[in-house]
Amino acid sequence: MTEPLSFEKSRPNVHAPRLPDAGVAAAEVGDVLPPELLRSQAPALPRLSEPEVMRHYSRLASMNYSISEQFYPLGSCTMKYNPVANEAAASLPGFTTLHPYQDEETVQGALELMWRLEQALCAVVGVDRVTLQPAAGAHGEWTALRMIQAFHRSRGEARTEVLVPDSAHGTNPASAALSGFQVVEVASGPDGRISLADLEAKLSSRVAALMLTNPNTLGLFEREILDIAELVHNTGAKLYYDGANLNALMGVCRPGDMGFDAVHMNLHKTFTTPHGGGGPGAGPVGVKADLVPFLPTPTVERTNGHLKLDFKRPQSIGRVRSFYGNFGMLVRAYTYIVAMGGDGLTQASMDAVLSANYLRKRVEGLLDLPHEGPCMHEFVASARNLAPNGIKALDVAKGLLERDFYAPTIYFPLVVPEAIMVEPTETESKPTLDAFADAIAEIVIEAKEDPEKLHHEPHSLPVGRLDEVATARRINAYLQGQSEDPILRWKPVRD
Amino acid sequence: MPYLVHSPEERAEMLAAIGVESMDGLLVDIPAALRIPRLDLPNGLSEFETMAQITALAARNRVFPDRLTFRGGGVYRRFIPAAVAAVTSKPEFYTAYTPYQPEASQGTLQAIYEFQTLIAELTALDVANASLYDGATAVAEAAMMAYVHTGRKEVLVAGYVHPEYVDVLRAFGEGRGIRVRKGSEPNAKTAAVIFQQPDFLGLLVDAPDLTKRAHDVGAIAIACVDPISLALLAPPGQYGADIAVGEGQQLGLSPSYGGPHVGFIACHKDLVRRLPGRLIGASHDAQGRRGFVLTLTAREQHIRREKATSNICTNHSLCALAASVYMTYMGAEGMRQVADVSFKRAHALAAKLAALPGWELAFPERQFLSEFPIRVPKPAVVNRKLARKGILGGLDMQRWFRELKGVFTFTCTEVNDARAIDELVEAVSS
Repeated sequence: MTEPLSFEKSRPNVHAPRLPDAGVAAAEVGDVLPPELLRSQAPALPRLSEPEVMRHYSRLASMNYSISEQFYPLGSCTMKYNPVANEAAASLPGFTTLHPYQDEETVQGALELMWRLEQALCAVVGVDRVTLQPAAGAHGEWTALRMIQAFHRSRGEARTEVLVPDSAHGTNPASAALSGFQVVEVASGPDGRISLADLEAKLSSRVAALMLTNPNTLGLFEREILDIAELVHNTGAKLYYDGANLNALMGVCRPGDMGFDAVHMNLHKTFTTPHGGGGPGAGPVGVKADLVPFLPTPTVERTNGHLKLDFKRPQSIGRVRSFYGNFGMLVRAYTYIVAMGGDGLTQASMDAVLSANYLRKRVEGLLDLPHEGPCMHEFVASARNLAPNGIKALDVAKGLLERDFYAPTIYFPLVVPEAIMVEPTETESKPTLDAFADAIAEIVIEAKEDPEKLHHEPHSLPVGRLDEVATARRINAYLQGQSEDPILRWKPVRD
Repeated sequence: MPYLVHSPEERAEMLAAIGVESMDGLLVDIPAALRIPRLDLPNGLSEFETMAQITALAARNRVFPDRLTFRGGGVYRRFIPAAVAAVTSKPEFYTAYTPYQPEASQGTLQAIYEFQTLIAELTALDVANASLYDGATAVAEAAMMAYVHTGRKEVLVAGYVHPEYVDVLRAFGEGRGIRVRKGSEPNAKTAAVIFQQPDFLGLLVDAPDLTKRAHDVGAIAIACVDPISLALLAPPGQYGADIAVGEGQQLGLSPSYGGPHVGFIACHKDLVRRLPGRLIGASHDAQGRRGFVLTLTAREQHIRREKATSNICTNHSLCALAASVYMTYMGAEGMRQVADVSFKRAHALAAKLAALPGWELAFPERQFLSEFPIRVPKPAVVNRKLARKGILGGLDMQRWFRELKGVFTFTCTEVNDARAIDELVEAVSS
């Protein structure tokens, strides 16, 4: 099934929606504004009736896999069930209608929610304060690095390097570069964990911070974390926690206790706010006391039960986005935390670790497992055992799509060839995990018996494998002036 | 416990299958000193109790009705068709993730491809991306594009650009040593001239002139625009701006205390390779069926790592979807009507307020669209008076601009009916 573009379904003179008349005496736009300020040609937006609009988007919706219908084992993405109560909470008019510039007295409930969420996040990760402003994980990383940079600068130190393990998420080096740091890579050892020897070699008084994910992107706990923290702190650098994998640790241990100075959290991963097809998320950052003066403005402060926004923070790095963050996502995350409580969150992490290890066990012998277990909340397998049959990680992923599963993260982390990174989360049942393992088993048999068939999967989805190379080539042709078709947008045929 | 799925028997079976006796057998890599006895949070609650708590918090906020909200400053009350929530609350959209597997994500991919086209059409520029976080970060990302493109380290902010956008721009620039200067005279060191149309006060600026000034010194012209205004006003592409950015909240998103909303960015073809974030392109499969894919990923963090154009990973896809539904539902004609009604009502309100004793338009010689600055007598009491009548009054500009003492901006949209305007005028003159 495919669906034409809204632009292609557009028909001239279809009824425009009915809107109110102005109902006031006022001049026409054209009589007030000079023509050079006015639009000369109406934008070519589609023209569709409401019934057609609704059908169009319903058909598009049916072309998506989603957690609501499929197991979505994307490693490092924590695709867990999004509680519908969260959605109900965020839709309360007492939240949705609030103008960000309403007076503080009229938004005490919103500020109280933000304050309580901050307290809860502090408790989970073991830090002193949290900013809720960053809109996403990468945004949080960058915010934390800017605070660390401001900290060093406040002490008259111009530290220019940030250390990033070779297994790190791509956002780590990108966030460091965006903050003006030079990125220095630290190697992983053969056991998949950061090499202490290489770390020691790379540490110097030039280093502002080490960015670390724990458990790391291989799903392994950095068991030498206390030594790592000591090494880093001894050189005056800060330790930064990439919270992408926090779902393994709630109620088990806390990044703050491991020695991390700044911690970002993904509310859209660990705290069940929906991923929305790629955002909006929220990436709060928690910090230890010595970084608190550098938090973005405003912070939420509570005195004698009265809440206020504090803009007077002289050492703050300033604002990282408009207003106070993705408030609607904060409501969802807080609702989840209240419903789960300390006991529920702890069990959630335990179950996440249990499910990952169980699934790991089930795929043992089917795919390569390059690192020794146990894993934490996710594991990385490799499809390199299927290479003799001409089968790659990509083929395994597509075979899973054919079998009604979303695919794991593939080709990441970069340190594992043909990587297949699986994160089941705590909200997938044992029968689902078993069915997934069975699907892998079926794919492995097909890989060996009829690899050509696997190469052509999926064939029961709206489209088969798409020619991404041709797409990039056509865009290049457009950008070099050799073609009129931008490929990056529908091109209307103008008269 | 809510949302957890394993039965105790299944947990035991799974442990046995793994070959460990208890969970501790799986947590062996965590140093004992780090284990915590329990999480310092209250135990969980039933859904009923949870919702009672959350509802009580919501009830501690004051809700001003749409029609009596006259405050803007970057976030506006507008009519949101029921179609928007009906689409964005489809779990196939809101519980999906970034479309890494295109065959299983065509719904999101096509919707965002349509979003890119809608924004490109609206701004009259060549290419738009899949969205950014908000208007503020969109301005900052555009400035970073200009910095990388020109190799120059100063950006010029001309006129009254949203102060929070400028704050975010400064925070973005500071890490990389990019200087933010206010003024309208670019020079050979200027990477970009950034202006807002209409500006933060609601006033129209001479966008063609500012664009020309930028181009005269080889700088990039960045127009921060109000998407609804583009139904009436000359779009950035018409006067030759290189990059258009803006906040898309007005396209079907509720105020929600400032977010989540959606930033958009569109640019001239020459700058496409510098665009941050996701881009979706048209493709086809072996049978010739059209489909859509994430493309030009070589700009992005997961491929380029520290050499990426930006660190942005996901964007605000669901908000972009809302904006797409809004624009598709409204069409060019619907959006023009929305802008037109807002324009007329704002002008009617401005005329009525300016006629009151002690009130006068702050910049009577300047044109505006649907938001305007006006000098008010007794600024300390105006909004309190209005609030007593259930009206959310204007925004005090002195909070950000010392020179605008006593100046408030008021905004009108299609939700502020003629009677609401009269109620406001009566309330301030009582």
